[in-house]
Amino acid sequence: MESVVSRSGWWLAALFASIFAMAAAVDWGFAVHMGIFALAALIGLVVSLRTTDFQAAARGLLKVPQDEGRYDDDLIRYGMIATVFWGMAGFLVGLIIALQLGFPALNLGLEWTSFGRLRPLHTSAVIFAFGGSALISTSFYVVQRTCRARLAFPGLARFVFWGYQLFIVLAATGYLMGITQGKEYAEPEWYVDLWLTIVWVAYLAVFVGTIVKRTEPHIYVANWFYLSFILTVAMLHLVNNANVPVSLFGSKSYPLWSGVQGALVQWWYGHNAVGFFLTAGFLAMMYYFVPKQAQRPVYSYRLSILHFWSLIFLYIWAGPHHLHYTALPDWAQTLGMVFSVMLWMPSWGGMINGLMTLNGAWDKVRTDPIIRMMVLALAFYGMSTFEGPMMSVKSVNSLSHYTDWTIGHVHSGALGWNGMITFACVYYLVPRLWGRERLYSLRMVNWHFWLATLGIVFYASSMWVAGITQGLMWREYGADGYLVNSFAETVAALHPMYLLRAFGGGMFLVGAGIMTFNVWMTILGKLRDEAPLYHPVHNADADHPLTAVPAE
Amino acid sequence: MTAQAPEAAPKEDWRRHKKMERNVALFGLAAFAAVTIGGIVEIAPLFWIDNTIEKVDGMRPYTPLEQAGRDIYVREGCYVCHSQMIRPFRDEVERYGHYSLAAESMYDRPFQWGSKRTGPDLARVGGRYSDEWHVQHLKDPRAVVPESVMPTYAFLANRELDAGDASATLTALYRAGTPYTKDQIAKANEDLKLQGDPMGDTADLNKRYPKAQVRDFDGQPDKLTEMDALVAYLQMLGTLVDVNAAAAQEDLAKEKGR
Repeated sequence: MESVVSRSGWWLAALFASIFAMAAAVDWGFAVHMGIFALAALIGLVVSLRTTDFQAAARGLLKVPQDEGRYDDDLIRYGMIATVFWGMAGFLVGLIIALQLGFPALNLGLEWTSFGRLRPLHTSAVIFAFGGSALISTSFYVVQRTCRARLAFPGLARFVFWGYQLFIVLAATGYLMGITQGKEYAEPEWYVDLWLTIVWVAYLAVFVGTIVKRTEPHIYVANWFYLSFILTVAMLHLVNNANVPVSLFGSKSYPLWSGVQGALVQWWYGHNAVGFFLTAGFLAMMYYFVPKQAQRPVYSYRLSILHFWSLIFLYIWAGPHHLHYTALPDWAQTLGMVFSVMLWMPSWGGMINGLMTLNGAWDKVRTDPIIRMMVLALAFYGMSTFEGPMMSVKSVNSLSHYTDWTIGHVHSGALGWNGMITFACVYYLVPRLWGRERLYSLRMVNWHFWLATLGIVFYASSMWVAGITQGLMWREYGADGYLVNSFAETVAALHPMYLLRAFGGGMFLVGAGIMTFNVWMTILGKLRDEAPLYHPVHNADADHPLTAVPAE
Repeated sequence: MTAQAPEAAPKEDWRRHKKMERNVALFGLAAFAAVTIGGIVEIAPLFWIDNTIEKVDGMRPYTPLEQAGRDIYVREGCYVCHSQMIRPFRDEVERYGHYSLAAESMYDRPFQWGSKRTGPDLARVGGRYSDEWHVQHLKDPRAVVPESVMPTYAFLANRELDAGDASATLTALYRAGTPYTKDQIAKANEDLKLQGDPMGDTADLNKRYPKAQVRDFDGQPDKLTEMDALVAYLQMLGTLVDVNAAAAQEDLAKEKGR
């Protein structure tokens, strides 16, 4: 009882503080955000006052089984639902902005729906909301299993999950209202950054706390990756978001780093958001779920050590390749390029370790659509980690930079690697977390696989063509020694490519929609009555012991 | 790091890694050390080498109106489609003007170099088009450039500029490192209004902010709108430094640390 009183006291204090900040706000965006904080505190207050009732209701609504297991899996169930929800939201906004580039009338002439505001919404929704929810929930799942320990600090873990969701809501609503720092992938303003810092420190505490209380002697390789992801993102976030607010009751702030220093700090952050959020974190998922689904041990322990340390050491240097031929000093650009090319090897180390884990289980690619998704994810990881170093070579970059080639590259990584491995993990986890015999439908997984794969092919190839077209048109000279194309002509030339890209993105979204339905039905406990994907037919001729063939 | 260990005693080395795998504090520290080095080596020198901290003739902090326009540029996410960084290639220099110098963005908080050109580079767009063109283009881009895919920003012309307290804005920028003077901060709110008012006495403003362009930008002299601020910002982009002057070219030739 006492704990309920003190907990609700804290919530009440938070509620009053946010209402006060709302009243004192100097701009309406800040007021709206403080209102959201107040609403969150109010929900927290109500929940803590009527804890038992609410939890029972939520359990009934979401069909959550009573958690009697040795692990704390409640949050991971919410995390799966959040991952699927944010994925759909992020892909949908992506499709909308892709169509806006084809048909500018779709900007609707409203400030809230213009491309400039929706594009950060799309990138943050897929990277931080979809990817972040997947990372937090899978890390909680994996760290418990590989340490054979229940989650440390269960209350703090709940704060991490819900606090992170609040961060997403604040960031997303902020973009629509035009609250932004104007730095790509780091758009949220200073107070939202502070909030994320608190959540992230709590995340580190829960994760490390669970490792500390492990009953396994060794820390499994997946946890190395999760740990480096959490630590590095904390460092990047703090340095890149060092800002001076205009008013403590206003949303606007200005960064400490300006001009060339600001640019390098930003791309040091930006590239390592890719390196640690979208690579190290997702490699951690790969290192647990691929061996589990394939039921084979990780291919090479030594390779995992080698590529882990070289990957995290080299990645951090690669940022300047986003600034080739800019006012950044040449030596920094060259350093960035050299390290980016070196990064190719440890990246492929991860791919090889994942793919070779299937040694002896390659037949599953044919029979198990989830394994097929994982293999495709690793293949796309390998492809984009080859394409990346290639694009970071200065002469290639002089053509590709500022064009849609970059967009295509990012999406073959994000849709192919991050998307596919996350879908596979969701399909792996949902039946297990809800105690179902299997997924609602494996055939739907197969449909999802093919729709997503073809969608990525349309997306990436249309953007390659668009990027190279644009790059070549910009630099095209006629026999008279003058530039051939005006900028507007290069825009017009891309129109068909933009439509093809939107088509590919649409296919990817439909695939994700099928996944949403499949996951929903699985949670409801339904099983689709369907013919199995794979019928092994008995072949009498082949059914005999292998005859040994002597070596020649 | 085991990766660099001599091949003579591999077993010993893998065992050393095993020790680390049993100690999360040791592992965390080692990982953190590995990820800090690159950033320090690349970023720290930018705070002392010549061409990243030099001041070039003509550079000055933004006027309050230009800064308000810049805030609108940031708010609307213009940077997701427009770069402000001209690379030293023949085609870019002919299309957009002299390549960008580091010093030209020294007061840019945040920097707006961009990463994608769905639309053209804007680093030197100032003075290339008339105010009327900018207003028309922002209201309906396809009215002046039929191929354009830019969203329409007609609402900017109808909305009175609400830049909050301009002195507070300049103070925050000063705290972050932009060298505004006390005079500039104290008169920020007046300067904000004055720059968009063709009737005002602007001698003083021009002393505080050399090369500041003072006029009504949006064709509505009776009010100061967000359109005024944004066009004022666009019209000054790339106009402060005379990059083609002999002195500037000599400076570039002497630059060290590139």
